[in-house]
Order: sequence, then C-alpha cells, then structure tokens
Amino acid sequence: MTQAIKEKVKTFIIENFLFGDTSYDLADTASLIENDIIDSTGVLELVAFIEEQFGIVMVDADIVPANLDSLARISAFIEAKAVPVTA
Amino acid sequence: MCGFGGYFGSIRDGRAILESMTAAIAHRGPDEQGIFTAPEAGLGHVRLSIVGLGDGQQPMSDASGELTIAFNGEIFNYVELRDELRAKGRRFRTSSDTEVILHLYDEMGEDCVTLLNGDFAFAIWDARRRRIMLARDRMGVRPLFYTAQGGTFYFASEVKALLEVPGISAEIDPIALDQIFTLWAPIAPRTPFRNILELEPAHLMVVDQRGVTTRPYWQLQYPDGDQPPSYVDERSAAEELRALLTDATRIRMRADVPVGAYLSGGLDSSIVSALAAGMTPQGLRTFSVTFDSAEHDESVFQLEMAAALGTQHSAIACRTGDIAKVFPDVIRFTERPIIRTAPAPLFQLSGLVREAGLKVVLTGEGADEVFAGYDIFKEARVRRFCGRQPGSRIRPHLFRKLYPYLPGLNQQSPEYLAAFFGAGDEPLDDPLFSHRPRLKGTAATKLFFSGDLRAELKDYDAAAELIGRLPQDFRRWHPLHQAQYLESRFLLPGYILSSQGDRMAMAHGVEGRFPFLDHRLVEFAAKLPPEMKLKGLTEKHILREATKDLLPPAIGRRVKQPYRAPDSHSFSGPGEFDYVRGALSEDAVAECGLFNAKAVTKLYEKCRSRPASGFRDNAAFVGILSTQLWLQTFAGTRIRKAEAA
Repeated sequence: MTQAIKEKVKTFIIENFLFGDTSYDLADTASLIENDIIDSTGVLELVAFIEEQFGIVMVDADIVPANLDSLARISAFIEAKAVPVTA
Repeated sequence: MCGFGGYFGSIRDGRAILESMTAAIAHRGPDEQGIFTAPEAGLGHVRLSIVGLGDGQQPMSDASGELTIAFNGEIFNYVELRDELRAKGRRFRTSSDTEVILHLYDEMGEDCVTLLNGDFAFAIWDARRRRIMLARDRMGVRPLFYTAQGGTFYFASEVKALLEVPGISAEIDPIALDQIFTLWAPIAPRTPFRNILELEPAHLMVVDQRGVTTRPYWQLQYPDGDQPPSYVDERSAAEELRALLTDATRIRMRADVPVGAYLSGGLDSSIVSALAAGMTPQGLRTFSVTFDSAEHDESVFQLEMAAALGTQHSAIACRTGDIAKVFPDVIRFTERPIIRTAPAPLFQLSGLVREAGLKVVLTGEGADEVFAGYDIFKEARVRRFCGRQPGSRIRPHLFRKLYPYLPGLNQQSPEYLAAFFGAGDEPLDDPLFSHRPRLKGTAATKLFFSGDLRAELKDYDAAAELIGRLPQDFRRWHPLHQAQYLESRFLLPGYILSSQGDRMAMAHGVEGRFPFLDHRLVEFAAKLPPEMKLKGLTEKHILREATKDLLPPAIGRRVKQPYRAPDSHSFSGPGEFDYVRGALSEDAVAECGLFNAKAVTKLYEKCRSRPASGFRDNAAFVGILSTQLWLQTFAGTRIRKAEAA
C-alpha cells in the first residue's frame, strides 16, 4: 500500500514539478521546499492532486510541511487519512 | 537623448562601419545622424533633439577641433555649469548641454563627470592625448557597451550596433544566463553576449595606446550601522527631502520640447506628476497602461490622480495577447533574456507617448530603491522578526500582509509561510539575507537547464559572485541599507533602468527622466535612518510625509502595489502566436541546446492548461521563451549553422 502510494506521488512530483526530469535523485525524505521543488502555488497543486487521486478531503490544518514536505511524509499522511485507524 | 557608437584604433573603412552602427540604433535618434572620423578613432551619433534643437548636432567638436564628443542623455544642471564656465571666461557656440561637457573636460579632464548631474553616457575623442574617454551616469540610466575586435576597441549605446562590426558576432554567455536565471540580470560588466561588456554605472574608462583603464568616480554608500544617525528630526528631514525632490524635478523639466509624465496610479509617479504639473502652466500630459486583469490594473487610481491634477491623460490598454504580440520586439530591444514580461507594457506605453508627439517623460522610477518601497525590504524585516522566535505560529501571519495580491501564498498555513520564506533557519549575518528567498525561488528555474549547459557551468554560483562584488563596508551597514544597496546597485541598472527603462522607452525614441534618481537625493536618502524609510511595515514613510499635501488621501495612503504584468498566461489561449510554438518546440529547444527540450514541452503544456502558474513556472516560461527569441534574433548564425549541419 505505502509503496504504491509513494510511487503515485513520486510520479506526480516528477511530472508536475520536475517536468519529467527522472535524473533528479528525489530521496524519500528530501524537503520539497528546501530543494526548490515546490512553491506556494505548488502546494495547492499538490493538495488538489491528493484530494482527487486518493479521495481525501484536506482541511486547512492538514496543509502543513509536517504532512507534505517530503515524499515520505506525503505517503504517510495519505495512508493515515485513507485508512482510518480504529480503536 | 540619443545613441552613439565609435571605435579607437586604425581601421580602413571607419566611416562605413560607423554608418552601419548608427543605422542599427536609429530608433534612439530619429532626428539627426552624424559621423566623425580621425586617423585613430571614429564617432557616430544619432540624435533625438531635446535641448539646443538647432545647434546641438553631434558628434560635436570644440573650437580647437581637438576634442570631439558623442553624447547620449542629458546634463540637467548644464545651465548652472555653463554659467560657472562663462564666469571663467569660456565662450559657448551653442545652447546645448553637450558643449558644456566638452568645456568641462577641457578644464578638468575625466574628473569632469563628478560635476555632472544627469543621465548620461558619452565618448570624448581627445586628439591632444590621443585617447578616448568613456563615462556613464551614477545610477546606470544610460547604457554603454564595448568590445575589442582585431586590435580595435569598439563601443556603442546598444549591442546591436556592435554586431554591425565585421567579425563581431553574438554568442550567449552561459554565466550571464545563469545570473539572469538567479538574479534577474547579469552582473555588470558581464552581458549575455560573450566578450561584449558594459561600462558599469558611475564608472569612467580611458582607452589609449597603452590599453584600457576603468575606475569608479562615485559610489553608493550608507552610514555604519552603529554610527549616530545624521538625521533625528523627521520634520526637518521631510522638508529637506521635499526641497531636493522639487529641485530634482525642476531641472528635469528643462527641455526645448514638451515634457510629459508616466502615471501608474502609485505613490511615486503621482508625486512626480504632481510636482511636474505645478511647473507646467500650459498643462501636463500624463500616460498610463491599463490591464484587463483586475490584479494588475490600477486605472482607478490613475484616473483619480489625473483628475486631481487636471492633466491631459492618455492610456493604452494592455489586453490579453498584447504582451505576446510585442514580445519578440521587446527582446530585440532588451537585448537580454528576461524572466518577467513587465517590460512589454512599457514598450506599448512609450509607443503611445511617441504617437502623442512627445519625446520626454518623467517617471517615478527609483523611489522604491531610494526610500525602501519594495516588498522585499518588508519581507526581510518580517523574516528577521520570525527568526527571533522560530516555530511561532503567530509571527508568520505577517507574511500575508506583505503579499495580499498573491492568492497562492495567502492560503498557506503559518508553518508553510515560515518555510517558504526561510524564516527562522537562515543565518542573519548572510550578506544576501534580504534576497535569499527571491534568489532561491528564481534559481529553481535552472531545473530546465540542459545537461550540456549544466556541465559548462560546473559549480558556478551566481550568488557567491554577487557577494564577492559587495563593497568592504557593506557588512557594517544596517540590514535595510544592505538590502537597498543590492536593489540599487544591481537590479536597478541591470533590469529596471535597462530592460524595463531605457530600452523600452528608446525603442520608440522616448527619453525617460527620473527625479528620484538625482544623485543629491540618492545621497541624502542613504543617510536617513532606516526607520524613517521603512517605519514598521509602512514603506517610504518619509516620502509620504514630505509630499502628503500633493496627493489625494487615497493615493497618499496607498500600499505599494508592485508593477507586474501577466506572465505565461499572456502567451496562451485564443490567438496563440505561432512564434511561441515555434520557439518552444522540442526541436527548436533541442537545437539551441540550452534547455531540456522534453521538460520545456511539459512546462509549456502546463502553462497552457493551467493559467494560474506559480512564480517558478512563470519565470521559467518567460525566461526560456525570451532566451530562445534572443538566440533567434542575435545569434541566428549559430542556428543556421546547426541547420546546415
């Protein structure tokens, strides 16, 4: 599950923010902001992608670097949202 | 205001070369053309007659015939200088400011530039000393480029004149391209043309048989941060400012033709227009650009100001598609790739001025650099404020106040705002602290550089080169003054006054004059305490105080709205231009070799399908398109060679 999500997100980032540059070594934990991959408009594009592709509704409190600033964080966030943990 | 070209060296067909050089810049001087040749040097000139209409022909020689000048620009204090020279017994044969420079040079040699208050670039052939002297004004309003070919030194107001010289051809300088895609402009003396340089602002150059020597004759300086302020009383500072600005405007009204003004609707051009209107009994003519898009349009304020001043106002609409329509011409005149489309509407505006029959306009350019008007100054202050409490959720909200016109930014959480602006984790003693987010955001466009270009650039770091160019005292200045210096010394001449200024106005034979860039005012403002300029987050505070009686309250209180124009959006949609598709086609991009062709294709598609692109994508789109156009316009031989191969 995690791997599939991660691949889908990675493809989106490479296509949409790196314009298909597969030579870019996008590490799972690399910051998308510090590495100049994403800007303020890009964050909103990413949110739209997550909502549309994974059926998740993101509230404002979700849109923070802690959830979205690396491939690993995005994948973990989507997984947590998509499969609610039950007590 | 005019254009000139020339050479130092012995060449056989000097006159013919000068004819070609001046023809290439005829737009700068549609009124007259003149050529001067001597055995070792030549000067060519095209004239836009503004002062001394009947007797200011150039190149102009002195009575002895030993000094000959070609001059582009205006010496605004020429009346006072002429009076002083007459008092010393000097006799004038013309009513022009050009002759004043000749006499001053005769008196003082190259130090004559220190007495000139004006926007100028000139070349003097000194037959006695067998040398050419070149000089450029303090802030870099007027251009001057040079190169050497076959043992001869050539110079001109625009590069296209140099390209007329046999053996000189255009080839892109990869370092300059890196600088444009990082800093928005090359670091002078470098230009985008390999081996063609520009004389830096406030510099003079002497060329003789021994070689070329260059030196600055003026420097922009700020007081040490720990020095007691030169001004403590705000009211007296405001009064001095008003007096200086009034005089700077007054001497810029000197012309033998009518002087108009650009009126953007913002504070700066409104102030200049108000002062100029008071000095124009016959009525001032004002000119504006309007936009279809509400986020760019300021016509409400333009009309309010024009009505308040009673000016005869004209506006030109920049509609969807207009920027794309003129963009190839814009690049022909900027002579450099650009990452914003903002020069294009100004190209249209100068056309409107020319159609109205005017040759001279005053503008508000320079006030944002001199009195700290740009958002980047406020942004740096907020970043420092956030940096004092890293992790604060409250402090980053202030970033929203800075950029109300950027919806993508305003929808962000405080955490993202802090992350985007690097607030809290950047060294406060970084000399480029104020500009790091901009440089970082712009440099992200280099993602599109091709493998070959990246290999050629290796580890080149434009920001590091910029740091290396800062004066020794820089680190002792207040952070606001450091930021002002970076804007005033690099972006102002490298982009605002050139790509957006001189080149767009002169494309239609119009001369811009900038009261805020009078060096007396610049020197005065540099000494003002930072808090008089940026008070809290209110920009240009002291300027507002000094001029509040001139403007309607709604204008006087206006928060700075940066001049922007629609970017990538302008090039798509109905009426899409073939040249854009051609320049950005995978084949064309691959052929030129500077960018990753497949990535550019994806970028083009993205910008077409989603008009609301972010800064990086917009800047990359405009930067790549303008570079492709630059190559087609100036380095056509290279492309033709590729086709032939």
